[in-house]
Amino acid sequence: MSEKLIGIGASNGIKIGTAYLYKPVTVNSKIERETIEESEISNELNRLENAKENSYDELELLIEKVKESLDTENIGIIKTQLEFLNDPSFIPEIGKKIEKNKYTAEKAIQEVVNFYSNLFAGMKDEYLRERGSDIKDIGKRLLRNLVNEKSNQLSEINEKVILVTDDLTPSDTVQLNKEFVQAFVTRIGGKTSHTAILARTFDIPAVLGMGDNMAIIQNGDILIIDGNSGICIVNPDQDEIEDYQRKAEQEFESAKLLKEYINKQAITKDGYQIEIAANIGNPEEAKIALEKGAEGIGLYRTEFLFMNNDHLPTEEEQYQAYKMASETMKEKPLIIRTLDIGGDKELSYFTFPKEMNPFLGYRAIRLTLDRKDIFITQLRAILRASAYGNVKIMFPMISSLAEFRSAKAIYEEAKKQLRDEHITFDEKIELGIMIEIPSAALLADQFAKEVDFFSIGTNDLVQYTLAVDRMNEKVAYLYDYFHPAVLQLIQKTIEASHQAGKWTGMCGGMAGDPVAAPILIGLGLDEWSMDASSISKIKQVISRLDRSSCKLLVEDIFQLGTVEEIRAKLKEFYDSI
Amino acid sequence: MFSTEVTILNKEGFHARPAQLFVEKSNKYQSQIKVIREDGTEVDGKSILGLMTLELTKGKKIIIEADGVDEKEAVEELSQLIESKFGEE
Repeated sequence: MSEKLIGIGASNGIKIGTAYLYKPVTVNSKIERETIEESEISNELNRLENAKENSYDELELLIEKVKESLDTENIGIIKTQLEFLNDPSFIPEIGKKIEKNKYTAEKAIQEVVNFYSNLFAGMKDEYLRERGSDIKDIGKRLLRNLVNEKSNQLSEINEKVILVTDDLTPSDTVQLNKEFVQAFVTRIGGKTSHTAILARTFDIPAVLGMGDNMAIIQNGDILIIDGNSGICIVNPDQDEIEDYQRKAEQEFESAKLLKEYINKQAITKDGYQIEIAANIGNPEEAKIALEKGAEGIGLYRTEFLFMNNDHLPTEEEQYQAYKMASETMKEKPLIIRTLDIGGDKELSYFTFPKEMNPFLGYRAIRLTLDRKDIFITQLRAILRASAYGNVKIMFPMISSLAEFRSAKAIYEEAKKQLRDEHITFDEKIELGIMIEIPSAALLADQFAKEVDFFSIGTNDLVQYTLAVDRMNEKVAYLYDYFHPAVLQLIQKTIEASHQAGKWTGMCGGMAGDPVAAPILIGLGLDEWSMDASSISKIKQVISRLDRSSCKLLVEDIFQLGTVEEIRAKLKEFYDSI
Repeated sequence: MFSTEVTILNKEGFHARPAQLFVEKSNKYQSQIKVIREDGTEVDGKSILGLMTLELTKGKKIIIEADGVDEKEAVEELSQLIESKFGEE
């Protein structure tokens, strides 16, 4: 019997494939029981020994399996893990903890793994630092084998599957083999979650936020994923399969048509040109962005470099990443946003205070102004990379002018340090801010005198203007960038920048939405930055619009009072082009 | 018990391969082998993990100590391995 489940279509595309259920285990997962009685020691040691043997067998099998597809370096990493399993300072140390401290095997593994991984994390030598992640990996494997779970590792997927999981962390997504993962289905997460952003960057169809209905999916079930409309069909019948195969073919054809627009400029019918840029999370994505027709990078989210790490990245590590992006983009603009963590983005090696409202709390610029050491290291790395391309810097979450001035003072200090050290950087580098808090949009006139540019982050701007948690499925229906209050803030920001001879970009989801394009043209948005996969579609839409009628449309829209009226008007306009 | 002090000479110090070679040789001996860093931290000379955590770079001094039937041979061969820069360069 086929069963149709509805979720949030977060990345377009249709795929038919086999379900692969993934349940992540982490070294720091909560341990249910930490200590044991004297009488349980030998049983606990036996469990450890069995987990070791099973882990050993798994790794040997893995080497056998990947011998042909992986390079020697990657096989070397697996072999290192085998050596660790046999190391007299590893399993025997864990055994000692069980005997002496009366720890459960779980607790003992966690202690020893954390001891080594912390030790490695603090080392100067990069090679040795990396060994910390090997230790953690082997720790995870042991923990899983203690409870006899079958091997279930993202990096071990070696056939085409549809990944079904609770949620994916950014580090999970990085490990994914894009060749084999055809689509994502997750229980939580929405259109703007990191899984969604990554899925769109890599063109992987995704249906997210499925909720508890997802529980009916079993390993090996046949699934149809329709990322356009957020549908997941479990064990479809023959008719459904044929129907979707047809849809997938049609989609493939229209994608071919869109390809024509990739390398065209975005020019309206009346000759008004718009700069189309892409959002990226790591330097490798800059290449993908260029291939998909980006004329610049409107947002480089540096937090991924911090999140996919087990230590604060050093100035040198950051510099290498930013330099690579800068060299890839050459003379094309590359806007690097300084660290935006906190809220839903945490770091495994950094303790955030527990907060009632993390999105209103210690995050982004507030954190970096407090931790000047982290901020200045990053600014130095970005400035050094500016010598290799056309880099611009922007600060996230600015809510007041005073905050901008404090951040700018640290930025000037970083510049001075580099000058004193005779390190070259681009002296004319532009400095901007994100407009994502209503107070900043309302004060755009004041900001425009002091910054070089604005970049509107619609995802947070909507959340803060409408007081809607964008992660909460129960109130997600209120979350809409076509809300008249949001549109007024956008208008105010763009006008303020133009009056001061500056420019405004947009790096939120709205810039990649074809339905929003007429409004953004009418409002005079200068630079549009989006997921690379939206670029050809937006270029095509822009080529069909003319600016004068978009301006008239904006005038009409500002007379309307509700999202529903505005959406209806936009649909009418969109269908007429 | 037999021991000797040696200085790390190879460029990379106790990297993966040197640590591996060292452990391969240690394992040939029945004696218990310890490697002791200048600050007194000691690790099992048959443990790659242990050796790597010592962060031994070029110029650092260590004591190799063995205890058992073949202690003298063990210390001699291991210190020679270090002095020969693990066959590098």
